[in-house]
Amino acid sequence: MLLVRCPWCGPRDEIEFRYGGQAGLTYPADPEALSDEEWADYLFMRDNPKGPFRERWFHTAGCRRWFNAVRDTGTHRFVATYRLDEEPPV
Amino acid sequence: MTGRRVEVGGAWIDRSRPIGFTFDGRELTGFEGDTLASALLANGIDVVCRSPILGRPRGIVSAGVEESSAFVEVSEPRFEPIVAATMVNLVDGLVATGRPGVGVLPFDPPPTTPTLHRHAHVEVLVVGSGEGWRPAVEEAAQRGDRVLLVEREPRLAAAGDGVTVLTNATALGLYDDGYAVVHERGPGRDTLWHVRAGRVILATGAHERPIAFADDDRPGVMLAGAVRTYLERFGVLPGERVVVFTTNASTDGLSDLLRQAGAEVAAEADVREGWAVAGTDGDPHVEAVHLVGPEGERRTVEADLVAVSGGWNPAAQLSRAIGGGLRYEEALATYVPDGTGPDWLEVVGTVAGVGLPPSAPYWYTPADDLSTHFVDLQRDQTVQDVLDAVEGGLRSVEHVKRATYIGTAIDQGRTSGVLAAEIVNAALGWELGAQGPTNARPPYVPVPFSVLAGMDRGPALLDPKRTTPIHGAHVESGAVFENVGQWLRPRYFPEDGEDLDAAVERECLAVRNAAGALDASTLGKIEVVGPDAAVFLDRMYTNRMSNLAVGSIRYGFMLGLDGMVLDDGVAMRLAEDRYLVTTTTGGAAAVLDRFEEWLQTEWPELRVVCTSVTEQWAVVAVGGPGARYVVTKIGTDLDLAAEAFPWMTWREGTVAGVPSRVCRVSFHGELSYELHVSSWHGRHVWDAVVAAGAVPYGTEAMHVLRAEKGYVIVGQETDGTVTPDDLGMGWIVNPSKGDFVGKRSLVRADTLRKDRKQLVALLPKDPTALVVEGAQLVRSADLPAPPVPMLGHVTSSYRSAILERTFALAMLKDGRAMRGGTVWATSGGHMIACEVTDPVVYDPEDGRRDG
Repeated sequence: MLLVRCPWCGPRDEIEFRYGGQAGLTYPADPEALSDEEWADYLFMRDNPKGPFRERWFHTAGCRRWFNAVRDTGTHRFVATYRLDEEPPV
Repeated sequence: MTGRRVEVGGAWIDRSRPIGFTFDGRELTGFEGDTLASALLANGIDVVCRSPILGRPRGIVSAGVEESSAFVEVSEPRFEPIVAATMVNLVDGLVATGRPGVGVLPFDPPPTTPTLHRHAHVEVLVVGSGEGWRPAVEEAAQRGDRVLLVEREPRLAAAGDGVTVLTNATALGLYDDGYAVVHERGPGRDTLWHVRAGRVILATGAHERPIAFADDDRPGVMLAGAVRTYLERFGVLPGERVVVFTTNASTDGLSDLLRQAGAEVAAEADVREGWAVAGTDGDPHVEAVHLVGPEGERRTVEADLVAVSGGWNPAAQLSRAIGGGLRYEEALATYVPDGTGPDWLEVVGTVAGVGLPPSAPYWYTPADDLSTHFVDLQRDQTVQDVLDAVEGGLRSVEHVKRATYIGTAIDQGRTSGVLAAEIVNAALGWELGAQGPTNARPPYVPVPFSVLAGMDRGPALLDPKRTTPIHGAHVESGAVFENVGQWLRPRYFPEDGEDLDAAVERECLAVRNAAGALDASTLGKIEVVGPDAAVFLDRMYTNRMSNLAVGSIRYGFMLGLDGMVLDDGVAMRLAEDRYLVTTTTGGAAAVLDRFEEWLQTEWPELRVVCTSVTEQWAVVAVGGPGARYVVTKIGTDLDLAAEAFPWMTWREGTVAGVPSRVCRVSFHGELSYELHVSSWHGRHVWDAVVAAGAVPYGTEAMHVLRAEKGYVIVGQETDGTVTPDDLGMGWIVNPSKGDFVGKRSLVRADTLRKDRKQLVALLPKDPTALVVEGAQLVRSADLPAPPVPMLGHVTSSYRSAILERTFALAMLKDGRAMRGGTVWATSGGHMIACEVTDPVVYDPEDGRRDG
């Protein structure tokens, strides 16, 4: 069980959280201006690296805040967690 | 092998405390501190069980968790279907029977041991008390760190101040970030510890490795370290005439120890001097041992015990399972942790390879016939079986494992793993250590399901049961309940022995012809408040919520980004900056999460707060042509006339003497008043409407009534692949209002396909034939050769009381164009012909909703 460092609550067990997939995907300002391909790319295509990965987490059973994390998908280790209004520290 | 208790040794037993136990029906005596294995040896019992596949007699090979041979069922004092005799602490009245490697569950499960689950948070967790743990722990304890040490054995030399010690406690697994699960076996109660540790120190020691030779599974062949343990700890001499077979210095002094205890040493076969054990004879236990010398010379000696040491394998399984690697250490002829793995894990002492004796790399004694050179005793697999697997083309030990099952038994290859790997390496002509043993996974030792399950709380499950404020009334009236998510909802209210069909028919007719009452309190309710609430809801729903007048209600869909229907509900505008939205009973939490997600991650600038108020409001839905009469009768200050209080509006007033928000919405097409009241008043209002003549109805009648009107249930008609247009509800999408979640996907090529499944109703041509929900739809009763083209599937199917016939809803390819046509439903082995119609089969003009 991962130990997740919520930027608001500190380290808590993984079961308090919900995983939110890749971070940094911003909802397009004008989806209708996008081609089908561009929209499908936003909708379906996700990075799947082995190594550091920016992802979103939701402290469902805690402060109920979304935050971001950099996690190494090879080792499951969190490199950092940070608030939505912060830049990725790494 | 003729073991006996001797005067020397026995540090762990109390010779003044005899303990009676039963093995295979024989009443025997041991001492307090014995294991079942040491007590059996002390009683001269050498054959504990038969091997699982070949039925060969098997004795005790080890003195610990690596046991691969002697397995028993324990029936008293607590049932364990299969366990190594070396792992059973002897207690008074213990009853055990030999088991051939496979346990048998009795038909009536015996009572399980009560188990607590406990949590511990420590700076340092020490697993095992093998060499090397003390320096790190003493330092930590001095610093004031919380230190927990778990030891599988029942005893441990003093651990020092500030260290909490659990004995009889085995770490089952290590997980991410210093999380460990530990099973502590108690006399009357077990505890499963969930430990979160800042640092884990692994001091699990090492396991001795056997050497394969002919008939090496015969009772009387034992690991040399185990021979020493039985003598030193338990005062048990496992044999009278001993052959010591070794590759390393760990057996130094063993012969002297045996002689002091009264045994004879028949021979010492040291691989480093060119001597080896070639095989054994005897029935059932070892009586003669065949030796082979450096020049190939052969000798046979009389002996009843072979003490074998083929070197030592660090017990690094827990480290490996969490990502720690191994490397081959040539001097030790084994694999040691290579320093990789999580940074919170420290592998110390013997398990790190420190202090292990150098060993010759010797895996088995060569012979023409290798078919009784057993490698994995519990799987009855030999050197020949491994060679056959390699001969068959397998190269990886992982594949050999799966072909032979070596390493898959209870001991997970603790004694056989390195042996099997090196036999494979050698057979392929690869160098030593080219590939290491297969991985072992948690749990480290078998654990009863009852321990994982935790405390027996009776019929109550871990998942909470949610009941409405009106639940007591339903129980009193004999309702039959169903689970809807976590909620318990009345499914129907049988009267006078009615079955489901009869009750549902009566309840449906009550709503259609008079008045019914539904407990709709389980509806998810979320208050959306703030200056930007209207903007926010416009973006979340397909239709416009911002132009909804205060006092009005609008039905809406929420879509996924992919354009598929996610949830539905109504939005009531309570004030300019305040809405109450309802969700499906099962979707409430997910919808709230979704609101939070968009507000926090995409639109933090919107000033909106969302609050779940599901449990603050009880909802009594009064529906049917008599609904106005019922609400009038219970007393209200509201003008219920349709002109004053029209469809899809809400009013605040008093009903049955309590404040209420009354909504003119309906899930059945009849005149309807949903009475939203404080939870405190739910029961009172329910009792009032029932006393006024409204007939209680349950979810089953609700389903029939809504289906007659073609109203969909998200999750029943929809399955995550259905758009509003597929449901014939394109009207609910307002493309002119600006962007909303899912909008762009509605014009994707796939969403615009003409042959998408569309919602229709099916009328079986035989009005008594009930189609099975989930039935596939095909074009004709005569099925062509497979693959048969599937046109769609039935999502809902009921008997309509008001129409006096059966009907169904279905998702049918290009269904709207097929109206008037016929499809066939495959239903319970029959083919039922159905006419395709518009999904609204009752009152399509909506003529009844104003009463």
